Order: sequence, then C-alpha cells, then structure tokens
Amino acid sequence: MAFDKSEVSKVAQLARIKITSDEIEEVESRITEILHLIDQMQSVDTDSIEPMSHPFGGTQILRSDTITEENNRDELQKIAPKVENGLFLVPKVIE
Amino acid sequence: MVWESVIGLEVHVSLSTASKLFSGTASNFGADPNTQANVFDLAMPGTLPVLNEEALKMAVKFGLAIGAQIGKHSVFDRKNYFYPDLPKGYQVTQLDFPTVGKGSISITLEDGSEKVIGITRAHIEENAGKSLHDEFSNESGIDLNRAGEPLLEIVSEPEITSAKEAVAYLKKLHSIVRYLDISDAIMAQGSMRCDVNVSIRKQGENKLGTRTEIKNINSFRFVEKAINSETERQQEIIEDGGSITQETRRYDSTKDITTSMRSKEIANDYRYFPEPDLLPVKIDESYIKSIEQELPELPDIKKDRFMTEYQLSTYDSGVLTSSLEIADYYEIVVKHCQDSKLAANWVTGNLLAMLNQLELDLASSPVRAEDLGCLISRIKDKTISGKIAKTVFDTLINSNLSVDEVIEQKGLKQVTDTAAIEELVMQVIDENPDQVIQLREGKEQVLGYLVGQAMKLSQGKANPSQVSQLLKLKIQ
Repeated sequence: MAFDKSEVSKVAQLARIKITSDEIEEVESRITEILHLIDQMQSVDTDSIEPMSHPFGGTQILRSDTITEENNRDELQKIAPKVENGLFLVPKVIE
Repeated sequence: MVWESVIGLEVHVSLSTASKLFSGTASNFGADPNTQANVFDLAMPGTLPVLNEEALKMAVKFGLAIGAQIGKHSVFDRKNYFYPDLPKGYQVTQLDFPTVGKGSISITLEDGSEKVIGITRAHIEENAGKSLHDEFSNESGIDLNRAGEPLLEIVSEPEITSAKEAVAYLKKLHSIVRYLDISDAIMAQGSMRCDVNVSIRKQGENKLGTRTEIKNINSFRFVEKAINSETERQQEIIEDGGSITQETRRYDSTKDITTSMRSKEIANDYRYFPEPDLLPVKIDESYIKSIEQELPELPDIKKDRFMTEYQLSTYDSGVLTSSLEIADYYEIVVKHCQDSKLAANWVTGNLLAMLNQLELDLASSPVRAEDLGCLISRIKDKTISGKIAKTVFDTLINSNLSVDEVIEQKGLKQVTDTAAIEELVMQVIDENPDQVIQLREGKEQVLGYLVGQAMKLSQGKANPSQVSQLLKLKIQ
C-alpha cells in the first residue's frame, strides 16, 4: 500500500494540520513506511485469533450517575480568548 | 407514473440522566450557558472519560423494549470532525459494536392495520454543544452545556413508505421512550430530534433510488411536511429526466421546501477508529435479566390489556395508551367511577378536547382524574344527567371546587322527585295542547318535543326518562 501526495494533502486538511509543499515529500514517504509496516502485519495469519478491541484486554468500568462537578464557569473562561454573556466566542462559523 | 417513497429515520433522544455520558457534570436542559461545562466537557488535556452506568442501562432498557439483541460486547469509537461546538475534535459514538442491535416496533396505520418497522440498531453517543450564529456580528457564540450529554441514536430500516407512516413511527418511539422514562423526548427542546433519509422508486421496483438526508427536523408536523416536500421535489426531477444527487438537505418550514446544505459543511470522511480512552463494555446475561424485570408495562401490552380488562375498542385503547400519562389518568378515573366505557368516552372526548383547546398537557389539566371519576359516578347514581355533567365539567375547569360542591352550589341536582316532575309534566301538557292531540293521534315523535319542553322548564335538572314515562302515562 502506498500513499500519494494528494492523499497526504487530503488527510492533512481533514486533520487541520498545515503541511507546506517542501514537507509533503517527507511526510509521504514516512506514511508510506508506516503503511508498509501495516502490510507486513497483515501478512500474519490471524484466522484463529479473536479480534481485540483494546490492547489491555480489560473491560470498561462504570461510574454511578451522580453529579460530582461544580459550576466553574468563571474560572474556566479566564483562559478563553473571548467570552460574552457566558458564551465562548469563536470566529464566525458560516452556516 | 406511480412513485413509492422509501424512508429511513435516524432519531436522537437525549437520555435523562442526572450527569453527562462520560463526566460528573450536571446534564439539565435550560441552564445558563456553559454553567454545565467542566474540564472534561471542555476537552482539557489530561481528562479521561468514565462511562455513566445509568446511560448504559437506559440503552439496554430500550433494546429490550423493542425486542432487540443486546450487544454483550460494545465498543466506543471516535468520529472525527472539526466544529467549534465539539471541543475534543471528535464525537464518541459506537460504530461496529453498538449496545442495541436489530429489533422492531409495530405502528398502527390510518386504516387501523398494524405494520412492523425494523430497527437496524441503536447506539450510545455524546451530544455536541450549541453554536449561536445570529447573536454576534463577526463571531459565533458557543454554549457547551449540551456537550457530552448522553444520546441514544435509533436507526430504522428503510421500511417506511409514507410521511404519515414516518410520523406514526416517531410517535410510537416517543411513546416507548416515555413509558421507559429514559428521555423527556420533547422535540421542541431538542431532546428528540430526527434526520430523515428519503428516496423514491417506481412502484413495484426493488432497487432503491438515490437518497437524500434531511437533517435535524424538530417537530412531528415538520417531519411529515419535509418528507412530502422532498418526495415531490425528487419526483419532479426524475420526471423531467434528471437524477437525484446524494446530499444533505435542510427543511425550511416557512417556505415548505428543502434546500441543499453546502457540501463544505459536511465532512464525510470521519476517519472512525476505536476510542483508546475507553475499554470495551461487557454486559452479561444476569445484568440483562435484571433490567428485563424492571421493564414497565409497554404501550402494546397495555393496549391489549385495556381491550380485555376494560372491554374497550381497539381505537379507544390505542388513544388511551398512546401516552403513559393518559393511560394512568384513565385508570384513576375508572377506579373512581367503576365504569370503564363511560370513563373512556369522557377521557377521549371531553377531556382531550378541552386540553387541546386550552393547549395544555395532561399533567397540568385543570380537571383532576379523581374529579372526573367522581363526576361520572354522579351520572351513574343519577344525581345529575349526562347533559348537566358537561356543565359541571366546564365549571370544574375554572374553579377549585369539588364535583359535589359544584352540583350543590349551582343547584344542579337532578330532580327525581315524582311530585315535582308531575307538576312539570302537567304544565307542559297545559301549554302544548296541539302537540298533546298529535301524540294521542299516534304521532310518536312529538313525545321527544314534549320531553324537551319539560327538560327546558326544569333547566335540565329533571330526569328525562322519568319525564318521558310520566308524559306517556298522563296523555294516554
């Protein structure tokens, strides 16, 4: 499996990572290397092995449905670039 | 050309837990912006999710209620996209191993027949926050109170074939989640939302047409209108020789049309992968059994019971069990009056009409179930006539008096005293000599007129059957 430049740009765009045209070639070859590693893993016969959903093999612990967090809005909004009437303000999202 | 619509619905209900799906932050509707958004909900580095056991339980309850397979091994996945009201940059959902698998519900069609609609799956996921675009000129306001609220997304099979069926399906789902008490399911508040997939095909054809998805419809009525408007649009395009583009659309209720959403708004490539911060959820048989035992009587079973226990028609039983509130109200009325049929008539008739007119829900009904039950027993023990009962009912709407107080204070007690009725009858005979002659000549229908006159004289309080009997006796 290989990855070409347009796929690198597409994935970068989806992940909101800026990659300059100088960097594309290197990223492309690195991702391709990872994909080769995956190809190698996929050549292993795993027919008799049950798929794993998590490397640790445990199961999820549950939390009782109780409110443990207080309202810390004032404190938390101190680190936001801009707030008004309790709302976080972000650059306009065009509908 | 006869066209057939193929409709599938994706319904989101917000689960009415006290806290959020993965954090201990309160999860209530209508709080001040961002007062229910703490470090985890804001996706602060280092915070980790822990699953709310109540949300899981509610999903399992729903699964059991629709006869679905419960996923004994469910896995959470990340659905990745960027939007300011999604702080983590991904939504935690369940892709390949949902908690609720295939099930079905049955709906009643307009002609009274039943139709089974398959449910593909129902999965647990977290809600996003809310973006407010109109309140600021160059910015959008973000409220993260809803972010991380638990949702159950219920996906139907494409087995719905009309807008009316879609509404019946939605109403049934609404009723089930209300019976289970797992969600408020108030469409106007967004605690029940609906995305509709619509395609059309020539009747009799098996192949599905290209579908469009209409996002976020927030009322039963708009679901019906949106589907009708979208199927018309698709028909016009195909009949003009065009083809349908697979896309997401929105419904504009003021213009009654659907419009295309810009493709930029829809990132179709969500790059799902298993959520590494959560382990698989294991559910065992004994857990499922214990929840099964907690299940309340569900709408279909209650409807059957109403038909046998109270001897009601299919239609009346359907109306009375359409919501748990109505069913409970009805059963209290029956308990107080011991007449299931009269109770059904009053609840489905006068009561629901009154609530509809005053735009009230049953919980805020000005006439309590106990009072209506008492009112009906006063008809049965002949204290008042059915006609006077309506007057008492109307009085109850605007007063705090009891049924007996209203009857007493307004002097509405039915006159059953023979002497008093005889006086009335004699007066009617004196005042209507022509009709008396006609009746003697065998014109039976005049009797009704004369009874009416006597009732009028008594201001509705005389017992009409006594009046009628006495009139016949005196005239013959």
